[in-house]
Amino acid sequence: MAASDQLTGPWYARITGAIHRNLTSLIVGIPFFWLLLFFLVPFFIVLKLSFAESIIASPPFTSLLDWSKGGFPEIAINTENYLYLIEDDLYTKTFLNSLKIASICTIICLLIGYPMAYGIVRTQGTWRYIFLLLIILPFWTSFLLRVYAWMGILADQGTVNDILLYLGLIDKPIKLLYKPIAVYIGIVYTYLPFMILPLYANMEKLDSSLREAAMDLGANPVSTFFTVTLPMTLPGIIAGSLLVFIPATGEFVVPDLLGGGNVLMIGRLLSSEFNANHDWPVASAIAVVLLIVLVVPMMLYHKVQAAEASN
Amino acid sequence: MNVQASSDGESQVDYTHSPWLDPSATPFIQIKNINKQFGAFTAVNDVSLDIYKGELFALLGGSGCGKTTLLRMLAGFETPTSGSIIIDGVDMNGIPPYERPVNMMFQSYALFPHMSVHKNIAYGLKREGVAKAERTQRTNEILEMVELEEFAKRKPHQLSGGQRQRVALARALIKRPKVLLLDEPLAALDKRLREQTQFELMNIQEKLGITFVVVTHDQEEAMTLATRIAVMDKGDFEQIGTPAQIYENPRSRFIASFIGSANLLDCAVTKRDGDFYSVSQPGVDQPIVVEYDGELAVGANVTLAVRPEKIHVEKRSVANSSVAQGSNQLNGVVKEMAYLGRLSTYHIVTDSGVLIEVTSPNQSRYRDGNHPIDWDDEVTISFAPQSAVLLTE
Ligand SMILES: Nc1ncnc2c1ncn2[C@@H]1O[C@H](COP(=O)(O)OP(=O)(O)OP(=O)(O)O)[C@@H](O)[C@H]1O
Ligand SMILES: [Mg+2]
Repeated sequence: MAASDQLTGPWYARITGAIHRNLTSLIVGIPFFWLLLFFLVPFFIVLKLSFAESIIASPPFTSLLDWSKGGFPEIAINTENYLYLIEDDLYTKTFLNSLKIASICTIICLLIGYPMAYGIVRTQGTWRYIFLLLIILPFWTSFLLRVYAWMGILADQGTVNDILLYLGLIDKPIKLLYKPIAVYIGIVYTYLPFMILPLYANMEKLDSSLREAAMDLGANPVSTFFTVTLPMTLPGIIAGSLLVFIPATGEFVVPDLLGGGNVLMIGRLLSSEFNANHDWPVASAIAVVLLIVLVVPMMLYHKVQAAEASN
Repeated sequence: MNVQASSDGESQVDYTHSPWLDPSATPFIQIKNINKQFGAFTAVNDVSLDIYKGELFALLGGSGCGKTTLLRMLAGFETPTSGSIIIDGVDMNGIPPYERPVNMMFQSYALFPHMSVHKNIAYGLKREGVAKAERTQRTNEILEMVELEEFAKRKPHQLSGGQRQRVALARALIKRPKVLLLDEPLAALDKRLREQTQFELMNIQEKLGITFVVVTHDQEEAMTLATRIAVMDKGDFEQIGTPAQIYENPRSRFIASFIGSANLLDCAVTKRDGDFYSVSQPGVDQPIVVEYDGELAVGANVTLAVRPEKIHVEKRSVANSSVAQGSNQLNGVVKEMAYLGRLSTYHIVTDSGVLIEVTSPNQSRYRDGNHPIDWDDEVTISFAPQSAVLLTE
């Protein structure tokens, strides 16, 4: 029913029309409200903070609005924090290192996750659901607990070294914990399900007759994979990669617990600015830059996709 | 089949349009005792079939009878549990799909959604390693043949159902396979487009001389397209023959009722006079005479099958003068009547209580709009002894 009918129609139609319209706005409104409350509001608080100055007080930052002159407040925007991020190359280095670690971990997750997802999709019957359950199972215990477990596995007297020593492959423990390798292992372990699940969802929808058509037209299994399966699963690859790359870049727990102080990652740096140095404005500036670094490529990707879809 | 007088005066048979009758011809596709099990379930049950070069062969049968399974074994997507398939003299056992000289047009078309029409069609040539210039030229040629030149740059989802069907056909034809397999190629099209496309398919097949094996569950389609038809039921061939053979000489009750419609009456043989058998239904006195060239003993149970259009219907008042000598004649009453324009269908209950379906062409125009034969009219139906067949299966 068109809107004009609802305004001019009989009274009951107008009432149901009004309910209908309000219901629609309610349904659209809930996620919008959610986004506003839990993303935009905190973001603007952080953004505001990043332009403040650090002081020793509670809260430890200056207000953006300066009421001291009386009458109309002055806006005191302070870009020092951002300049500081550029001047001290620790931050640039940490950012680049985080991006490097996240990229490598994303690639490793893809290399492990792709065949796993493919294998699960090709499995028939109950086993498929058992495998899927095994992928999701780790989520049932606390993430922190699982990272502590990895500390136990990777420690000098940990499981890995015990086994290697027992097998006689090494004669003194190799250092794994508090080394970059521990961070890589931790991140890959943590985010692998986020790679597998979107890939699985994508591959499950893949029409097997497409693969057969390729083979029928003379493509051997390798060329079938590269000309049909891989391009068809690209959306799953991109979704999975974003789901791994974005949180991995800002990851804090893994570098903190498994990397110790030895692996520079931006999440950890942010946390230490915030907690140890009590420099909330600089911590906020880091958070804002991190967001931009992660959001801009995503928006570009969306633009490319939209352009592709429209022509 | 034409019998021609050749130059040396001897009569010589031309088998170009019916190679299956030529005793010296070797079949192009030989299916030998093929069996396919899925677990304990038998999808294809020990079938054998010879298909000759240039044939347009139809596999016809109801849903789940094993048509697709058989076709997929020809393409190499399924391995027969036992038996062998020989195409152009080469045993296909162990040869993967991408090395077989066959191409398949899939029921769902299976066009690559991420490729343009042009890329879809050129795919097979590219895999073959054909150079770009030749590839483009051949693709353009075939695009022209299926009249899709202006759609070359589109993606499959930007095409109509009929256009997609033509892309799928072009893609399967471009490698000029020895055999083209088509799984319900026209099922997704509406009736009008389907009929039009049937003739296009036949034209293309004739032009390229490629052997076609078409799977269909539409008997009319099979009759229109095919040189020969194999009717399948539960993984088995019920009958193999030309459309006319299958229609006019059905081998069993299943065939008679599956291909077209037929009146099937359970009868027993009461008398034999040469090739003329008298049969009658239990409890019905009046015998029906049928010409049959097989051996049947008196007392044997048979099914009398007679097609609705082979029965003549007339109002009883005018009937006696026009019924041909020697015809079977039954009296009855019209219970249902459907006027279909081209013809009319009648459901007639005979005096002995048997329901007979009759169709009759509307040869003269009923200018006042009144049908000469109507509900509850008393009629006489008649058919010649040659018009009915006796079935023992
Ligand atoms: N991969 C499979 N596993 C188990 N059973 C199968 C498999 N493929 C087919 N079948 C069974 O084999 C039988 C024949 O299937 P098929 O696909 O050949 O039928 P069809 O004649 O093509 O039917 P339709 O006209 O519905 O397409 C069906 O009963 C089907 O359930
Ligand atoms: Mg089928």
